[in-house]
Amino acid sequence: MNAPTTGSTGAAALKRYPRRLALAAAVALPFVLGGCQLPTFWGYRGSTAQAHDEFRLWSGTFIAAIVVGVITGFLIIWSIVRYRRRSDDVPRQFQYHFGLEVAYTVIPVIIVLILFGFTVVTENAVDDVAPHPAVSVDVNAFQWGWQFTYAGKGVSIEGETLNDPDPVGLNGAACAPADHCLGPGLVVPAGKTVRIYLRSKDTIHGFYVPQFNFSRYAQPGVLNKFDLTVQHSGIYRAQCTQFCGLYHSEMFFHVVALPPSQFQAWLSTEQSATTAAARSSSVSGQAATGATAATGHISTSTRKAAA
Amino acid sequence: MTVLAERHAVHEHAEHHEGPTGLLKWMTSTDHKVIGMNYMYTSLVMFFLAGLMALAIRLQLTSGTGGVLGLSNQQFDELFTMHGSLMLYLFAGPFAFGGLANFIVPLQVGAPDMAFPRLNALSYWLYLSGSITMVLGFLSAGGAAAFGWVGYAPLSEATFSPGAGPDLWILAIALTGFSAIFTAVNLVTTIFYLRSPGLTMFRLPLFTWAMLVTAILILIAFPILTAAMVMLFSDRHFQTHIYTVVGGGVPVLYQNLFWFFGHPEVYILALPYFGIVSEIIPVFSRKPMFGYKGMVFATMAIAALSTGVWAHHMFTTGTVLLPFFSLLSLLIAVPTGIKFFNWIGTMWRGQISFKVPMLFCVGFLFAFLMGGLTGVMLASPPIDFATHDTYFVVAHFHQVLVGTAVFAGFAGFYYWYPKFTGRMLREGLGQWHFWLMFVGFWVTFMPQYKLGLEGMPRRVATYVPGLDWQNLNIVSTVGAFVIAISFVFLLVNVWVSWRKPVPAGDNPWDGHTLEWFASSPPSHHNFERLPSVRSERPVWDFHHPDDLVITHSTNGNGKHRHPVTVGSGSDGGHE
Amino acid sequence: MRIEALFLIGIAIFFGIVGAVYWFWSYEQGGTVMLAGTTLLGLLPGSYYLWWSRRMKPRPEDRTDASIEEGHGVIGSFPNSSIWPFVLGMGLFLVVLSLVFGLWLLAPGAALVVSALIGVTVESRRGGTI
Repeated sequence: MNAPTTGSTGAAALKRYPRRLALAAAVALPFVLGGCQLPTFWGYRGSTAQAHDEFRLWSGTFIAAIVVGVITGFLIIWSIVRYRRRSDDVPRQFQYHFGLEVAYTVIPVIIVLILFGFTVVTENAVDDVAPHPAVSVDVNAFQWGWQFTYAGKGVSIEGETLNDPDPVGLNGAACAPADHCLGPGLVVPAGKTVRIYLRSKDTIHGFYVPQFNFSRYAQPGVLNKFDLTVQHSGIYRAQCTQFCGLYHSEMFFHVVALPPSQFQAWLSTEQSATTAAARSSSVSGQAATGATAATGHISTSTRKAAA
Repeated sequence: MTVLAERHAVHEHAEHHEGPTGLLKWMTSTDHKVIGMNYMYTSLVMFFLAGLMALAIRLQLTSGTGGVLGLSNQQFDELFTMHGSLMLYLFAGPFAFGGLANFIVPLQVGAPDMAFPRLNALSYWLYLSGSITMVLGFLSAGGAAAFGWVGYAPLSEATFSPGAGPDLWILAIALTGFSAIFTAVNLVTTIFYLRSPGLTMFRLPLFTWAMLVTAILILIAFPILTAAMVMLFSDRHFQTHIYTVVGGGVPVLYQNLFWFFGHPEVYILALPYFGIVSEIIPVFSRKPMFGYKGMVFATMAIAALSTGVWAHHMFTTGTVLLPFFSLLSLLIAVPTGIKFFNWIGTMWRGQISFKVPMLFCVGFLFAFLMGGLTGVMLASPPIDFATHDTYFVVAHFHQVLVGTAVFAGFAGFYYWYPKFTGRMLREGLGQWHFWLMFVGFWVTFMPQYKLGLEGMPRRVATYVPGLDWQNLNIVSTVGAFVIAISFVFLLVNVWVSWRKPVPAGDNPWDGHTLEWFASSPPSHHNFERLPSVRSERPVWDFHHPDDLVITHSTNGNGKHRHPVTVGSGSDGGHE
Repeated sequence: MRIEALFLIGIAIFFGIVGAVYWFWSYEQGGTVMLAGTTLLGLLPGSYYLWWSRRMKPRPEDRTDASIEEGHGVIGSFPNSSIWPFVLGMGLFLVVLSLVFGLWLLAPGAALVVSALIGVTVESRRGGTI
């Protein structure tokens, strides 16, 4: 930008180049504000600490993609409009411009390296595992359901969407037919670090919670471990993403994040349950709204006492 | 002026007068043009079959409970598996390297045929056999393969996917894989050994360069695929335990092997179509390709990098070195960007005529621009964690694949149809095809990005109605039908060109490369005469001797060439 | 032949470096083996071409100033029509199908394959068609 020639620098610049400054501000503002107020670009801001990290990377990458896309798209559109055939004259037959070619080789490399830098930082944050998680859960995927075993607590939840004795629907309500139900529930304390140990009993399955901006494969012969730090109480729907056979589309589960005291209460209830036939229990759960207490229904399915 | 010289190929005996006729002639033909047309017909049949499967998939997804079709899970699983398999194994690749390359590459290098004509014919018969084998799966008792076009173990093992359908799928891939390998050998040999005098490597047309690099990728990738498939078949039938934990195997090995093939495969699919675009844009802009050498090196860089990024399809397995694959995947954007800017530079200050081939190229540019950018997003593991196996990925790869194989593929079809048949296609019908296809394309795939970000996984026959996914799915389905309708215009166009032919002549587009010097269609063994080759545009130079490429050694108006030798008679007798 | 040689050697060099980096960074065997194989894919033909290109005069298609007349004459042998690719293709088709539909298909398949191999060899020697 040229320096303004009259008046104090800031005010004059604002007057002379309102559009350019507005554009620059629009681009810079999200970074200035640390990403909290970015539009979502159709992604989830996320409900876990790890999801927030991913969201920042998503937003930044999206903005970079828009900038590159708009510039390139504009050049294409300009070319096809401005250089339409107007006569039979043969245009000047140039073929090279060394400086330009070097520029559009080097600049993309720099952009890519910057993106890579942000990627590595975010990647390390998302995959970081805390030394002492508050709760550890062994998640076992199988055709076509999920088993959640709370290591050392003697609690195990298992269910399949189409064969769930305690089905729960989208808003905690009752659900029917079966494929509107959420599948077995993975109950975790909100605000604490939860360690997941992910395995599969048969084929490859995908542990995917959309609002956590996260998925990981459950594979036979492989143990995957990762941390989830759910920050807001609530019910989060989830399902298998890696195609695993006939009922892949119905392999749902859900994550229920409870305030820690309620989580402890739930856990105690589960622990003191007998190993007899499954019985349903209802514990009040909190949705992530401030004052009002919304009642969520936590389903428990075939209860097994872990050995 | 140019010197025209005869080149001869050894004729066995007067085959024009005595050879086989009719069906036997077709079955015994080793002519690259006949074989190329065979590939194109067969692959287009596969394209339309797979397209019908796509329409069925889209109809199913118009509601969460099975839409207007109400297919069973098994039927749906077979449909998406075979849609992907037919499109990727039996259409996109064979159309490019079996069809177009077979016909065009020998012409572009000035050769009478491919280096190994009988091997070429064998390649086609293996491809045809493989195509039949794969489609036969639908007729087997258990149905066709139903585990996705990637066929991950352990799901594809006998315990989880018994029956003949999966076996036929595996064997079809083996047959078409060898077909591709033999074609690759043929291409490399033809390009290395059968070029015209003066046609040095850095004067090759960019389509031929693309095919050379593609051929090397085929040689790198397809043997690995074949090995992976042989091992899978062995696990299924010979009691080996290569991919099963029981018995000491490693399931993840399948993914590593498959994607070491699978990622170069998508560039095997893309590079020929980039090559087509690099042929058409200069011709219809009436300028040489901007940054020709950059394009050559970019093509090589894309191919090289693509062989090192296979595990970016495995980011969520937790077993791969994330930063290595992420960095190399992000870097592929650089040579791809170079190509984009060179295409733009070719159009810049040109005289662009928007005939149908050029329209399709512009469609490709927009499609691949966005598809490529979403690919850069996916190259980042945390973003991939959030979007892997969702409709975001489905939208991304359809944008890039449809952008290349369909937009650029049909650009090539419209561009070279006059050369194949000697007839022109109608501009008006072609315009209808393009605009319907273009509109349908965006309407189909943009909603899928949003669906993926909302959390809709791929390969699902049903979805929960309460999540508000239905409207987006319906819009996407409408788009798919618009695309389908656009192809009616293509078929009508071809039919009209047969019933009421408009003769094309040798060079209807004022093309640059040697195929436009042959007749349309080319005569047996292609060239009666050849022009002198002094640049990558021998036919342009022949027709426009006053408008040669401006090099830094000319005086800026292209009228005087840098003398390469003095007095050797290299340019023949100047008249 | 020099550019062709360098193209293949370039493949070998690139994948040699990438393979080495990959091994020392990940210690993952599968990918390293595949990258090593790719290195060899460039090295073997590339070194052969490089060796030859140093010992041969440039061919007309390697020289920017060559004239078309220099390529005059017989280019090579291009078998015109031959039944054997079809026979071989169908034979391999049957052999492959025998793995699914029963080993009885192996007999006609193998017969077609063998006859095609014999036929194409004889055809190459005497230069005939069919």
